[in-house]
Amino acid sequence: MASSDALLPISAREEDPLLSDGSRSDPNLETHFRRRPVKGLLAVSFGLLFIAFYVALIATHDGSRSKDAIIDETATSTSRARLAGVSEKSNDQLWKLSGDRNTAAFAWNNSMLSWQRTAFHFQPEQNWMNDPNGPLFYKGYYHFFYQYNPNAAVWGDIVWGHAVSKDLIHWVHLPLAMVADQWYDSNGVWTGSATILPDGSIVMLYTGSTDKSVQVQNLAYPEDPNDPLLLKWVKFSGNPVLVPPPGILPKDFRDPTTAWKTSEGKWRITIGSKINRTGISLVYDTTDFKTYERLDTLLHAVPNTGMWECVDFYPVSKTDVNGLETSVNGPDVKHIVKASMDDTRIDHYAVGTYFDSNGTWIPDDPTIDVGISTSLRYDYGKFYASKTFYDQNKSRRILWGWISESDSEAADVQKGWSSLQGIPRTVVLDTKTGKNLVQWPVEEIKSLRLSSKKFDMEVSPGSMIPIDVGSAAQLDIEAEFEIKKESIDKILGNASVVAEAEEFSCQNSGGSTVRGALGPFGFSVLADEKLSEQTPIYFYVAKGKDSKLKTFFCTDTSRSSFANDVIKPIYGSVVPVLKGEKLTMRILVDHSIVEGFGQGGRTCITSRVYPTKAIYGAAKLFLFNNAIDATVTASFTVWQMNSAFIHPYSEDVVRALSRN
Amino acid sequence: MKNMKMMMMMMMVVVSEASMMVMVSEPNMIEQTCKETPDFNLCVSLLDSDPRGSSADTSGLALILVDKIKGLATKTLNEINGLYKRRPELKHALDECSRRYKTILNADVPEAIEAISKGVPKFGEDGVIDAGVEASVCERGFIGKSPLTNLTKSMQRISNVARAIVRMLL
Repeated sequence: MASSDALLPISAREEDPLLSDGSRSDPNLETHFRRRPVKGLLAVSFGLLFIAFYVALIATHDGSRSKDAIIDETATSTSRARLAGVSEKSNDQLWKLSGDRNTAAFAWNNSMLSWQRTAFHFQPEQNWMNDPNGPLFYKGYYHFFYQYNPNAAVWGDIVWGHAVSKDLIHWVHLPLAMVADQWYDSNGVWTGSATILPDGSIVMLYTGSTDKSVQVQNLAYPEDPNDPLLLKWVKFSGNPVLVPPPGILPKDFRDPTTAWKTSEGKWRITIGSKINRTGISLVYDTTDFKTYERLDTLLHAVPNTGMWECVDFYPVSKTDVNGLETSVNGPDVKHIVKASMDDTRIDHYAVGTYFDSNGTWIPDDPTIDVGISTSLRYDYGKFYASKTFYDQNKSRRILWGWISESDSEAADVQKGWSSLQGIPRTVVLDTKTGKNLVQWPVEEIKSLRLSSKKFDMEVSPGSMIPIDVGSAAQLDIEAEFEIKKESIDKILGNASVVAEAEEFSCQNSGGSTVRGALGPFGFSVLADEKLSEQTPIYFYVAKGKDSKLKTFFCTDTSRSSFANDVIKPIYGSVVPVLKGEKLTMRILVDHSIVEGFGQGGRTCITSRVYPTKAIYGAAKLFLFNNAIDATVTASFTVWQMNSAFIHPYSEDVVRALSRN
Repeated sequence: MKNMKMMMMMMMVVVSEASMMVMVSEPNMIEQTCKETPDFNLCVSLLDSDPRGSSADTSGLALILVDKIKGLATKTLNEINGLYKRRPELKHALDECSRRYKTILNADVPEAIEAISKGVPKFGEDGVIDAGVEASVCERGFIGKSPLTNLTKSMQRISNVARAIVRMLL
C-alpha cells in the first residue's frame, strides 16, 4: 500500500471515488495519467492494482454519465439486481418512491409524529425496543421483558426492559431487569427465554455478548421468589454456562429457548446458529441449567437459510384447542419449529414430528421446510424475533412478536421512539387443515372494546362506502364476506375468465386498485375523506387452472401516506378457505399499526403505516368492493377501542400492584 | 483528448495484465469482497485508500465504509452550513437536510459501528441503508434544484456498497 500512497495525493484517494461527476473535472487526474506509465511500472503489484481499479473507475464513470443524471434510479437499479430478494427489510421500495424528483421531500411535524404512538400496544415510554424476551406468568402477573436501548431511538446499548400486566393488555413499566454489568454480557444483554420448573421457580437463560463480543449463554433467576413483580434478577456466579462449541463461530450462537423435559427427565434447550450458509439449531441437555451436554445431532438444519435467530420449539395439539405446556408430547401432538431468518428478517415455521430419543425434528412437508421461501410465516407483514410461552393461567400458548418501524431513522429520532410489540396472540394448530397454525389476538383485548356498530350490506362491484364510526384511529373490526353465488357460478362457468390463481400474488399483482373478477374487496382503514391516503386490507379470490378458487389475503400500504421516507409495501399471502366457510377477517387498528387476521388467523398481516392527513378526527373507515362484476355481502361489527393507558413506573404504582 | 484516450487504453492493457498477475500470486481480500458489491470500483478505491484496508477482515472493511459515510456526512453538513449564507432562499430545504445528515452522524453511524463490531450485522444494515435514505430525502427537498446532488449521489453509492458488505456478515 505504501507505493500507492506515493502515487496518489490524499485528497484524490479520499474524495474522487465518491464524486462520480466531480472526478472527471478533477485537476489531479491528468497528473495521475502522466505519472502512471513512469512510476506505475516501478511500483509493486499492489500499487498497480490500485491504479487499475482507479482507472477502471474513471472509465466506467465516463460511460455511465448519462445514467448518473437520474439519481435514485441509478443508485437502486444496481443494488436491486445484486440484492434482489435477499432482504425484506430493504429500503428499495422507499427509494423507488423517492424517484419522482418533482415531489418535495416530506417534512414531519410533531402533531403527525405524536399521533403515531399507539394507544393499546406495548411500547416503552421512549427509545428503541426489539425482541420480546422471557415472557411468563408468575403469581398472578404476566411478565414481559424486551430488548431495550435506554439511550436512543435506534438499536444499541441493549439491556432488558421489563413490564407486568394482569391481562396482557394493561401494562406497568418496571425498572430494567438486567443491565450490561458483567464481562460476559458487557456488550449486551441479549435475547433469552424463561423456563418455569415443576416447583414453580423460574430460570432465565439469555445470550450475553462478552467483552470480546463472543456470544455466550448465561443463567439468571429472580432474587426474591416471593416478589410477584420479579423486580430484581441475579446473574449466576458461574456464568457463562455455555460458550460457542467447536465449529461454531463466536458470533453465531444466540437466543436460547425455553427448556422442555426429555423422556429421561432431563431438560433440553435449542439454540440457533449456522454452519456456512446452513441454518441450524443446536441441542443441549441439562439437569441443573448450569452444566450442559451437547447432543451430537441437531434439532434441525436447512441449507441456504443463513443464521437462525430466536428459534422457538413447542408442541401443539392435533385435537385440542388449548395450548400445550412446552414439555408435552404424545401421539396427538405435533411440534412446531420456528426460526427468525437473519438474512430476510422473516419468522418462518413448519409443522413436524419431534423425536425425543435423539433430539431431532422433521417437517411434515419438506417442500415447506423452515426458512425456505415457500415455508409458512407467522405473519406476512412486519413481524420478527417472535417468541411463545405457555400461559399456565389460562392453558394457552401465547405468541409475542417484535414489530419494527417502516419509516426513516430521522423520523424515529424526531419522535423519540422506535418499535412496538404486536398484540399477543394465542397460537394453536389449525385442526381443520392440520397444516398451519391459527393465531388470534388474546381474548383480553376485548376488554378495550367501547361502543360498537353492526352493519349488514350488499356491496356492488366498484363501490367504496364510508362507514360511519366516528374517528377510526383505534378500532377492532370483525367481518364476514360472501360472494354472491351467481357471481361465482358465472366466473367458474365462463371459460373466457382467465385462470390467474397460479400467477397472482399480493406483492406483485398491483395492489387493491387492480380489479379482478372476484375481488379485491375489504376495508380501507386510516383513510381520509378524499381517500388521498388509505390502507386497504382485502381478499382477492382468483380462479385457478383447475377451475377452483384460491383466496388471497392482502394489505396494501402503497397509498398509506404522503410521506416519502417510509416503506410502503403490499403484503399478503394465500389463505386456506375450506368448503362451506365464509371469508372472515379481523382488523385491529391502533394509530401507526394495523394487524389483519384472515380466516380466523390462518394468514396474518401486520403493517406499519404513517398517514399525514388521515390522522386524529380525519382518520376514516371505508368498505370497498373492487371486483369487476361480483356482488359481495358484508356483515361486520366495528368497535371503538379504548386506550390501555400503559403506566409509567413509579414507586406508588408498584406498591399498589404489590397489594393486589 | 485523443492522446489521452489512447493512453488510457494502453494503460488498461498494461494494468489489467499486471492485476491478473497479482490475482494469481496473491488473492486480494478487498477485491474479493468488492466483487460482491454493486459498485466494485468505488468499493475498491474507498477500501484501498484506507490504511486499515489491507489487513482488515470483512467486518473491518464494513467499518471502514461506515467511517467513509461518517466523513462524507460531516463534509456534507459543512457544505450545508456554508449554503445557508450563500443561498439563503434554500433555508427550508437546508433545515431538513441538516436534520437528515445529523441523523446519519448521530444515529446511523453509531448504530452501524456498534452493530458491526458486536456481531449483529442486521442493525448495521439498518444504519447504512438509512444513510442513503436520509441523503435521498434531503435531495428531494430542493425539488430538482439541489446544490448537493453530487454529495447525495456519493452517499447513495457508498450506502449501497456498505450495505452489500454488511450483508456478507449475516
